[in-house]
Amino acid sequence: MEISLAAEKIGHIGSLPITNSMFTSWIATIVLVVFAIFATRKMTMIPKGSQKTLEYIVDSLMHLVNSVFDNMTQTKKYFPFLATLFLFIITNNWLGLLPGVGSIGFHEIHNGKELFIPLLRGGNADLNTTLALALMTMVLVQIFGMVAIGFFKYVGRFVNFKSPIDFFVGILEIIGEFSRVISFSFRLFGNIFAGEVLLAVITWLLPYVGPVPFYFLEIFVGFIQALVFTMLAMVFIKMAITDHSEHEEKAAH
Amino acid sequence: MDAEAMKTLAAAIAIGVGAIGPAIGIGMIGSKAVEAIGRNPEASGKIQGPMILTAAFAEAVAIYALVIALIVKFV
Repeated sequence: MEISLAAEKIGHIGSLPITNSMFTSWIATIVLVVFAIFATRKMTMIPKGSQKTLEYIVDSLMHLVNSVFDNMTQTKKYFPFLATLFLFIITNNWLGLLPGVGSIGFHEIHNGKELFIPLLRGGNADLNTTLALALMTMVLVQIFGMVAIGFFKYVGRFVNFKSPIDFFVGILEIIGEFSRVISFSFRLFGNIFAGEVLLAVITWLLPYVGPVPFYFLEIFVGFIQALVFTMLAMVFIKMAITDHSEHEEKAAH
Repeated sequence: MDAEAMKTLAAAIAIGVGAIGPAIGIGMIGSKAVEAIGRNPEASGKIQGPMILTAAFAEAVAIYALVIALIVKFV
């Protein structure tokens, strides 16, 4: 059985290599865009069909984001990013479970050995995709924080000369921000890649019948990982935009 | 012992030992959450949210161990 940790390259655009996970992410993006365009043509006041589904999705996500922020203006400001994050991750995860992903491909010779290169592979089963999402999220959290409470107050959270203890807490916060990038990317990558490996091994052990409960598990895990990524992003944004000096004044009273 | 055998053994031990801590942690989170719901069934919605979040944090550590096991085995 051939299991490759890194996503395999299937082609080039100029000098940029294209991997099979990247190709699947493009398909996920196209699916989301086409569904959004299709559902918002000829919108009616009482929704029917795909507009109803899209409204249900947007409404549920709005409730989820509002449950963390508790503030409608903030929710509306950060909703587009968070909802896109959730929908992109869940579409990528679920597309990786369809038949044909991982099994349709071609044979190539690498270093004298003949390998099977699948044409499609779950988008988040590539560390590059999850690392990109994690970096984008943490950079945006910093930007949101700076825009919301001002540049110097936000940097004052990390570089704090008020007392020696505060200075070390600031350094720990900086290390914490970097560790969040690692934890975000590895959590999503590990869950989805391990799921793919699990399905491959179970299919090899007990074909046709064995994978059925594991497909249920993978559908559930795909949904939970998208939810956890989004909820953690929300919590970090909330922590970044909260003015901590106000907090301390209130606590002193 | 040759390198291939060592690699397989290392991968097995990495994930085996690495899953103990998170499993205990998630069990404790679940038990406290269920106990809290039992005391106050109306707050079950509010309890579920932080429970899922905390369980994901704990599970992430198990996933780190799994990724190391996979790297050892396949790279």
